[in-house]
Amino acid sequence: MARITMREAISQAMWEEMERDPKIFILGEEVGVWGGSYAVTKGFYDHFGAERVRDTPISEAAIIGAAIGSALTGLRPIAELMTINFAFSAMEHIVNEAAKLHYMFGGQFVLPLVIRAVGGGGRQLGATHSQTPDAVFAHFPGLKVVSPGTPADAKGLLKAAIRSNDPVLFIENATLYQLRGEVPEEDYVIPLGQSTVQRTGKDVTIVTYSKGLEISMKAAEELAKDGIEAEIVDLRSLRPLDMGPVIESFKKTNRAVIVEEGWKSYGVGAEVASRIYEQAFDYVDAPVVRVAQKEVPLPYNRALEQSALPQPADVVAAVREVL
Amino acid sequence: MDKQKYLELYSQMVLIRRLEERGAELYQAGKIGGFMHLYIGQEAVCTGLIAARQPQDRVITAYRDHGVAISCGIPANQVMAELMGKTTGISKGRGGSMHMADVTRNFWGGHAIVGAQLPVAAGLALGDKYAGRDGVTICMFGEGATNIGYFHEALNLSKVWTLPVLWVCENNIYGMGTAVGRASAVSEIQQKAEGYGMEHERVDGMDVIAVYEAAQKAIAKVRAGSGPRMMEILTYRFRGHSMGDPERYRKQEEVKKWEEHDPIGAFHVYLVENNKATKKELEDIEARAMDEVQKAVEFAEASPEPSLDTLFDNVYVEEV
Ligand SMILES: Cc1ncc(C[n+]2csc(CCOP(=O)(O)OP(=O)(O)O)c2C)c(N)n1
Repeated sequence: MARITMREAISQAMWEEMERDPKIFILGEEVGVWGGSYAVTKGFYDHFGAERVRDTPISEAAIIGAAIGSALTGLRPIAELMTINFAFSAMEHIVNEAAKLHYMFGGQFVLPLVIRAVGGGGRQLGATHSQTPDAVFAHFPGLKVVSPGTPADAKGLLKAAIRSNDPVLFIENATLYQLRGEVPEEDYVIPLGQSTVQRTGKDVTIVTYSKGLEISMKAAEELAKDGIEAEIVDLRSLRPLDMGPVIESFKKTNRAVIVEEGWKSYGVGAEVASRIYEQAFDYVDAPVVRVAQKEVPLPYNRALEQSALPQPADVVAAVREVL
Repeated sequence: MDKQKYLELYSQMVLIRRLEERGAELYQAGKIGGFMHLYIGQEAVCTGLIAARQPQDRVITAYRDHGVAISCGIPANQVMAELMGKTTGISKGRGGSMHMADVTRNFWGGHAIVGAQLPVAAGLALGDKYAGRDGVTICMFGEGATNIGYFHEALNLSKVWTLPVLWVCENNIYGMGTAVGRASAVSEIQQKAEGYGMEHERVDGMDVIAVYEAAQKAIAKVRAGSGPRMMEILTYRFRGHSMGDPERYRKQEEVKKWEEHDPIGAFHVYLVENNKATKKELEDIEARAMDEVQKAVEFAEASPEPSLDTLFDNVYVEEV
């Protein structure tokens, strides 16, 4: 096992897959000469060349649209949206094309397409550049939505996404790029649509993913000091959503807190809570509590922004509420 | 043009330059956060352009907005306070570097999504036309923004509806690290106006007088009802795209070559050589700018942080 960052894990996944399959290519803004605005594709342009690492104009709709078209011909594009906030400029092609073509034409169209996009707040980028709209994208059947919380998961899930024959939106979080973790040396994939237990505990189930995992882990350490053992289930994929480990854990703890960075209303927590009530109502000992972003466009000022984002202390408080 | 006007243009450019240099230091010191895009090298564009507007003319631009804010008349204090996220900032500390606006001065923002301001500009112009006002909307954007659909939709709409917009492309050659020739079908951006049946011209953006004079003519034509038109202003940014740009895409010699055409240096030479100003006068302007920036920093430092209970202010106009 090697201890590497999330950024390195994502980079390695693409590099190894591109070495394996010449049909895979990358397109996006500043992915080539610049090396990726978050340095995820650093070195790719020199190694794989301009045909396979394609700098695009600032044209999000064309990036996703052309990725779709090329995928239909049998290529396997990895389209990078510089940040997920710019995905709104490509919404038509993500939602009305990528998510629908296979179904709408009776299974004729196959799009082995990956869209990578980084999101999240906490970096004082202001309202337009700090969003976590994951739930919006998870709303659409036909699209797979994946968002890892550890380097090992990032690598395995991205490889699975690249090998998938369905369109996959792979959502990264910029504040996790420096996060380090053990990553297997050998080639491996983690199937899409499988939740996993990241920490075991008997007292409460925390359901989360991506940045929420880091927040929840910190909260769990705090709670452990008081003898409260939280079990943390990491969704990893938002669609398809695997409730198996969540329900299994909940049947043991009978209490759940759901943690996400995005807004609470109509969010991931709303979906997971409903499914807990639907699938394990007889096991409910306390109302499920959601921890999420306050319902404001994120402000620039650091303290204000932090006050709007979910913090470990909020998770600790929520756990105490359900106990 | 009278002497006073020359000196005003000069002092504005110097103020913008000094304010941003100080801003860069404060950013390095961690007092400014987020993304910050410096305008250094491009000062003649906003200065000449906005000096040519009337008060009823609206200005709207992208995230590279500090210079535009100053040219629209926002005091350095409020620009600096916004950069530091204070309540006294022009957007009350909510917007930061990329999102400044002051509707009282007809400055309609700082928009951080590339190209997003263009359709909005068409709407501003529609509002004026609808109400029978004679304002012109001046919409600024980079050459990189002409590759996104918003640009094309907005230009087309403005022509079809004969809207009073002056489309101003600041062609600084690079959109982040991508040179115009690598991203745009035509490197001469003004050609894109042809497709929308618009008149257009190309102006030297390192020459504040050239920008000012061209803008005066263009704004007058639009005000007279010519419909929308486009100005492509050639310029160059001396610094990285934003703070922390590794600048792998261009050679330092290229930057040096452009720095020889520094709009402030060139204007200094012009003013002295043509007896429009004495060296002493220009030195005094320099000193005043330094002083104004220093006072702005002190003002911003002394200003209060927004209190946390104001987080939900302005999410909606109405109580919810
Ligand atoms: C829709 C969208 N895509 C990408 C970005 C990221 N981005 C910010 S500035 C920029 C380059 C813009 O270049 P240009 O329009 O030439 O303006 P300049 O920065 O040179 O002033 C990019 C790609 C963005 N903000 N919005």
